[in-house]
Amino acid sequence: MEAVLEAFLSHYNYGMAIILMMIGLYALIAKQNLVKKLIGLNIFQTAIFLFYISFADVEGGIAPIYLPEGMEAIYVNPLPHVLILTAIVVGVSVTAVGLSLIVRIYEEYGVIDEAGLLKMVKRR
Amino acid sequence: MVDVTGLLPAVTVVIPLLAAVMILVSGRHENIRDGFTVAAAVAMLVSVVAMLPSILSGERITISLIPLLPGGDLALRVDAFGMVFALTAAVLWLLNSFYSIGYMRSLKEHAQTRFFFCLAVAIAAAIGIAFSANLVTLLVFYEILTIITYPLVVHVETPEAMAAGRKYLAYLLIGGIFFLAAVILTYILTGTTGFVPGGFLAGSAPPLTLQILFVLFMVGFVKAAWMPLHGWLPAAMVAPTPVSAFLHAVAVVTAGVFGIVRIAGWVYGMDLLASLGLGTLLAVIASFTIITASLFALTEDNLKRRLAYSTVSQLSYILLGVSMLSIAGMTGAMAHIPIHAFLKITLFFVAGAVIVAAGRERISDMKGIGRKMPVTAVMFSAAAIGICGLPPLSGLISKVYLALGAVEGGVPILLIVLIASTVLNAAYFFPIIHTMLLGRPDDERSLDSVSEPPLTMLVPIVLTTVASVLIFFFPSMPFMDLVEIAIGEITGSVIP
Amino acid sequence: MIEHLPVLLVTVPIVAALLILLLGWHDSRFCYPLTLATILFQFAGGIALLIEVMREGTIRYYLGGWAPPLGIEFVIDTFNGYILPIVLLLALATAVYARRSVEKEIKPEKIVSFYVLFQLLVTGLVGMTITGDIFNLYVFLEISSIAAYTLIASSRKPRAYVAALNYLVLGSIAGGFVLLGIGNLYVATGTLNMADLARLLPASYGLATVHTAFLLLVIGFSIKVALFPLHLWLPDAYTEAPSAVTVLISTVMAKVSVYAMFRVIFSVFTTAYFVETVPVTELILFIAAVAIVAGAVLAIAQEDLKRMLAYSSVSQVGYIVFALGVANQIALEGGLLHILGHAVMKGCLFMVAGVIIYRLGTSSFSDLKGVAATMPVTCAAFALAGASMIGVPPTIGFASKYYLVLGALEAGHWVYAAVLLAGSLLAVGYIWRFIEVAYFSASSHHEGGDHHPAPGVREAPLSMLVPMVILSILCLVLGIFVDPLMKIVAPAVSLLLGGA
Repeated sequence: MEAVLEAFLSHYNYGMAIILMMIGLYALIAKQNLVKKLIGLNIFQTAIFLFYISFADVEGGIAPIYLPEGMEAIYVNPLPHVLILTAIVVGVSVTAVGLSLIVRIYEEYGVIDEAGLLKMVKRR
Repeated sequence: MVDVTGLLPAVTVVIPLLAAVMILVSGRHENIRDGFTVAAAVAMLVSVVAMLPSILSGERITISLIPLLPGGDLALRVDAFGMVFALTAAVLWLLNSFYSIGYMRSLKEHAQTRFFFCLAVAIAAAIGIAFSANLVTLLVFYEILTIITYPLVVHVETPEAMAAGRKYLAYLLIGGIFFLAAVILTYILTGTTGFVPGGFLAGSAPPLTLQILFVLFMVGFVKAAWMPLHGWLPAAMVAPTPVSAFLHAVAVVTAGVFGIVRIAGWVYGMDLLASLGLGTLLAVIASFTIITASLFALTEDNLKRRLAYSTVSQLSYILLGVSMLSIAGMTGAMAHIPIHAFLKITLFFVAGAVIVAAGRERISDMKGIGRKMPVTAVMFSAAAIGICGLPPLSGLISKVYLALGAVEGGVPILLIVLIASTVLNAAYFFPIIHTMLLGRPDDERSLDSVSEPPLTMLVPIVLTTVASVLIFFFPSMPFMDLVEIAIGEITGSVIP
Repeated sequence: MIEHLPVLLVTVPIVAALLILLLGWHDSRFCYPLTLATILFQFAGGIALLIEVMREGTIRYYLGGWAPPLGIEFVIDTFNGYILPIVLLLALATAVYARRSVEKEIKPEKIVSFYVLFQLLVTGLVGMTITGDIFNLYVFLEISSIAAYTLIASSRKPRAYVAALNYLVLGSIAGGFVLLGIGNLYVATGTLNMADLARLLPASYGLATVHTAFLLLVIGFSIKVALFPLHLWLPDAYTEAPSAVTVLISTVMAKVSVYAMFRVIFSVFTTAYFVETVPVTELILFIAAVAIVAGAVLAIAQEDLKRMLAYSSVSQVGYIVFALGVANQIALEGGLLHILGHAVMKGCLFMVAGVIIYRLGTSSFSDLKGVAATMPVTCAAFALAGASMIGVPPTIGFASKYYLVLGALEAGHWVYAAVLLAGSLLAVGYIWRFIEVAYFSASSHHEGGDHHPAPGVREAPLSMLVPMVILSILCLVLGIFVDPLMKIVAPAVSLLLGGA
């Protein structure tokens, strides 16, 4: 029991990422409003970003910048940060495309919730 | 047995394919289009006949076209047995071409270009089946034949025809799947699929596996229309009559029985079949089919459908011959392929002629029709007598060998089947002859507009009948000679 | 110049996409020739790379001169050397085909952005194909995905917006899974280079992190390739998208996703991992078999040509994944062959659907009666490609089916081999729907005497006809000359099975 707890506590960042992901997925599936669904998608993606950032962290580490001669320090791993920068760009683009699609759907059908949309699509 | 490499087998297959392309291109000018059909038929016959001397001298002509799949190249090999089928198909296609042109034009059928295109491709596939050097090549041509004959079967496009077409496809494609499975299994067991006289499967797997494999092959060759997998053949009778002639005599069912004989002689070998007890299985299927199909034929009033059941029954003669696993039986089986084809095509030609000239399909409507179409009716009677196995027509030859095989194989019950079937044949054919020649029409004037069919149709009818007579008087040239060589190939002995 | 070809295949089109945007603003007539020229260049480059790989072996290109694992590398080996020309051939065919179809199906003011996105989509897929870095793979995946969402929505039909949004949501979840999987791999090994990963992973095969990564990646890609039951986005997306887009995503994009799946499973995890460490082959086989049957059954039930073809894709993906489940040399050869074969035949079939929509404005079966009489070439192309889909010899579809069944039987999967064969029969069921309606439609014949579906319907324009006919003829030619093709496929499979 203690070992499990220990494992969980030492990896609590993983746990948090998973919880956040589930919240996001829940919103994605359960929410009727298309915009809220997209927000769910954002939460889902952000959870993954956080996961990357958290595993890159080193306790007591500092940003990996060039230090003057004679100064020693522990760096956090910069690579995941860079990766996530790219992933954030991707996320923003997806959100933008998604929102513009929702705008178009609203213009065409006059509804923004899934059930209503389904009804409208079937009717046409 | 000498293998020589030659281009002619490939040329023979390519000729009708080229013609098919030309038919499509020249589709708007029907004389030019039909000219291509005839020209290709002549060229193909010449090409087949050109190979005949070297085959008769005991050579085999081979050509490997391209490597295709593991298990077999796309390869052709002309041997004596393949020649039997190819020669039959080539001769009958030429006659059928004239007949089709006459038939289609007389009835002003629609979509004639599609019709002749499909026929040309189908004959190429049939020749490919005859010349296949291995199972993979056989499979390729077999499946092409299935697909390309579909538009022919549904030609009239009525709901009834479409339903028949679905049935046709369902039977034949499912059969094709079984055949594919059998080919792949054969390859896995032996690492090859090339035909070897006397078979190559012996000792490659436990008996049970080989028995199952044989059943796969049998279902694969559903084109042989053995019962209870015969349903597609009577259904396909909705097609125009030249197509029925093509299905029944020239290519399709012939391809089915040809395949089964090929498998028996060149994949399994008669000894292996005997040791697996598969002869008995075949004998049961064949006997059942012969008797049952003849009984069905008795009840049909539609002439084409009655002929269809007659075909189902006659095809099983060939299976019966194979099942005897004796030299005489095998000889009878092989000889029955061309003999039945020539007789049956005559009967279908006549059925079509009656449709064209009198617009009648039911036997009960044909009373006295022989007075207005004497030549046609007489030819029909002759061919019907031939099917029953009476002289002076070729049907007798194969029946004698089959009877001999039954006696030789020590299974007299098969003899009884043969005799019973002969009686049944007579029972369903003689009433037709009687109706046509001696019957009195209910309304005398209804026959006024009836006359002999156009010459393009009448001449083929006469020619096929004459051919059947000639085969009786000169059996050796060339069919029995070819059969003899083929028998020598797979058994190492000569015909009694 | 030639040694920089790998990177040029990605950079040139990106520059070209910008150029198309700038010039297209000025005059939209520039768009089409520019797109065509760029894709022609890429196609030629793809062929050149394949020849180079076949002659010299694997090509490695370090981006910016930075050697891996620090830098990103492009790797072209026999596997993606084989995939790349397929992708570009189909892209080229679609590009030629697109012009007339786009004029009709997309609003004039959107045509410029259509070509820009088209270019980006192709480039993203090319990048996915040649990259040797797994994170880079993800980035290209998202580039192509976003381009695809937008392209689908570029249709005039409002339903396309809904389809695109659906795809966007599911596609992003898939992307998220892939990203998370990559993160786990990085945690386990500290590298993102695929060759490096394959070298370092065996040491940590026991770790839960690696299992999680495998699971996430496989699920992510399964959504992308629309493996049943994760295919829900596919039918709407394929049906509602403009015809040219449907052709592109159903062939090129679907195939690259399959490629990525194979690449990750075989080149990153190796056969040893997924056959022995986590024995999932049986499960994959089962899912593939269900996909084959369910997709085909659903396809048969459709009343619309395009939708039917979409469900057929669900079924056909099953064949390729089936090879993954068998995981022996012959079956994988069949799978790889089917990647090519299905791309060619489905490309052709969707082109036919597009042409029919172009001329008739509908692809509902009830409106297509007797269409073969007025559009004979189009319907002949369908018949040939359809025969290949069924697996009639000697088409390419038959060859791949033959290899797959042979492989399955060799591995002793009797039942699954039977399912595979049955699946090809089901294909007859849906292909024949169209054949019957187009060629042998009774009503038009008997009512009108001759086939005349609608006045004014003519054969398709030449620029749509040519790529379609070429693809359909390819179905036959590739099937006949399958043996030379195997000289490329067989080394690719050996490479996959031999690990990285």
